[in-house]
Amino acid sequence: MSALLRVENIVKKFGGITAVNSCSFEVEKGSITALIGPNGSGKTTAFNIITGYLKADSGTIEFDGKKITKPTPASLYRAGLSRTFQQARIFPELTVLENLVISSSFDWKQLLGMRVSAKDRIRAMTTLEEFKLDKLHDLRAGDLSYGQRKLLEFASVLMSNPKLVLLDEPTAGVNPVMIETMEKHIRDRNKAGVTFLVVEHDMQLVMRLCNPVIVLDHGAKIAQGAPEEIQSNPQVLEAYLGS
Amino acid sequence: MSRNGLLRGGLFFASLISFPFLTTSQWLTNMFIFTLMYVALSSSWNLVGGYAGYPSLGHAAFFGFGAYFTAIVFQNSVGNGWPPFIFLPVVGIVAALLSIPIGYVAMKTRADVFAIVTITVLFMAQSLAFNLHAVTGGAQGKGVAVPPFDSSTYGRPFYFAMLALVALAMGSSMYFRQSKIGLSLSAIRSDEDKAHGVGVQVTKVKVVAFALSVGLTAMVGGIWAYYEGFVYPQFAVDPLITIGMVLMTFLGGRATLWGPVLGAFILVPAQQYLSYQLGANQFYLLAYAGIFLVTMLILPRGILPTISDKLRLKKKQKEALA
Repeated sequence: MSALLRVENIVKKFGGITAVNSCSFEVEKGSITALIGPNGSGKTTAFNIITGYLKADSGTIEFDGKKITKPTPASLYRAGLSRTFQQARIFPELTVLENLVISSSFDWKQLLGMRVSAKDRIRAMTTLEEFKLDKLHDLRAGDLSYGQRKLLEFASVLMSNPKLVLLDEPTAGVNPVMIETMEKHIRDRNKAGVTFLVVEHDMQLVMRLCNPVIVLDHGAKIAQGAPEEIQSNPQVLEAYLGS
Repeated sequence: MSRNGLLRGGLFFASLISFPFLTTSQWLTNMFIFTLMYVALSSSWNLVGGYAGYPSLGHAAFFGFGAYFTAIVFQNSVGNGWPPFIFLPVVGIVAALLSIPIGYVAMKTRADVFAIVTITVLFMAQSLAFNLHAVTGGAQGKGVAVPPFDSSTYGRPFYFAMLALVALAMGSSMYFRQSKIGLSLSAIRSDEDKAHGVGVQVTKVKVVAFALSVGLTAMVGGIWAYYEGFVYPQFAVDPLITIGMVLMTFLGGRATLWGPVLGAFILVPAQQYLSYQLGANQFYLLAYAGIFLVTMLILPRGILPTISDKLRLKKKQKEALA
């Protein structure tokens, strides 16, 4: 197995606070890797750096064998790295179907074409059916429930055929049934060849779903391994429970 | 386009085309010319202010640019009849090209900051118009030679020229609604950072919308200059023109096809009536402010979106009952 994403020595300081401190880790192709750690350990900052939303002070990121020199969210998205947000960012003024179409990463030549072409429609509806959102396709996305929005965001970032999907707390604030649904979709897509990097606070889910688990504390990696190892790792326990 | 939409559009343009043949009343034709002028202006403004959600307050600068461009090119030609109309596409294209760097820089800011940046463009244009004597004639203005149109139907060519621009602006609006450009603009209005993150060509689309919008605005300015026969800086680059465009679009409904049309058809006649009633002063501006405040309070999204929301709700309730 080879690494799809390699993060090396990234550093990010906000004023006097070091959010990410010389952090390095790898995400293997085909894995569902978890990124966990106590609050303020730098998970979201690392996410934002990897996806180009923040610029690291130093360090390198390599995605799919290529070093990324000037990361922007758009270029990374087109290269096959998509993400979801903790707060489920969708386009509330667009319909559910349009949310998927806009996320399918079309090039400028298509700009003059139809808003939703027949081809777009078929492709988007297939994905919506998979997520059981097809009956809602005509609804404004802003009218969906919070859990449905999370599903919609997940479904729409898959439209660009990503190699790696970063999920920022995919199950935070949704009901238990929806957590199971989300878990099923992650597994399905993983079987279809998509690699996942997941930030999650629901430890039961992490232990069920993810392997390996990477633990961050104070902006640096303190442990990596299978779920069972992590659960009994003294350093991890110290980070979560210690002073 | 739906059948109803075709019918509505057909009826709208058919009645406007036949209008000048039904009356020769000069004040009525004059009022319709100004109404159509504002329909074209607010529909153009809507392309960027409505669909993209970038509230430009600088459009009057480009209106003035179009007016001066036409006036300067045709200032001396005696007996010029149709050439100024034929020249309009050049005015539009030059204004659009000129606006690309301006739009590119201004659109790095958003919302209220964007409004302030664009209003600076307007005041810069105004002080250029006042001070570049050699080009604009300064405060003395610039005259356009009077065309040899028959006095009984003098307004007609201007009326139809304005109508053609209305068709062009509404056509662009229509196109925006049905193309991927429009979808991209809606996404930008909804959440620009996210749109950028999912690979939408944010900058390109925004700048294209801005250029198209101000290109149309400049063409309207060209007709206006020809119709008025004289271009003064305080009227050609007038904040009131900007405010009119914005207010009409807000009143009728942003990011809709018919909203700006409705807004113009309400406000232009109202403004003419008020300025007639209140004498030739600018008291009607108080009415403007009043309308704006009431619109924002009762119909924050404008007339058409509020109505369609109500209808949608009713339909939903009906479906729930059935």
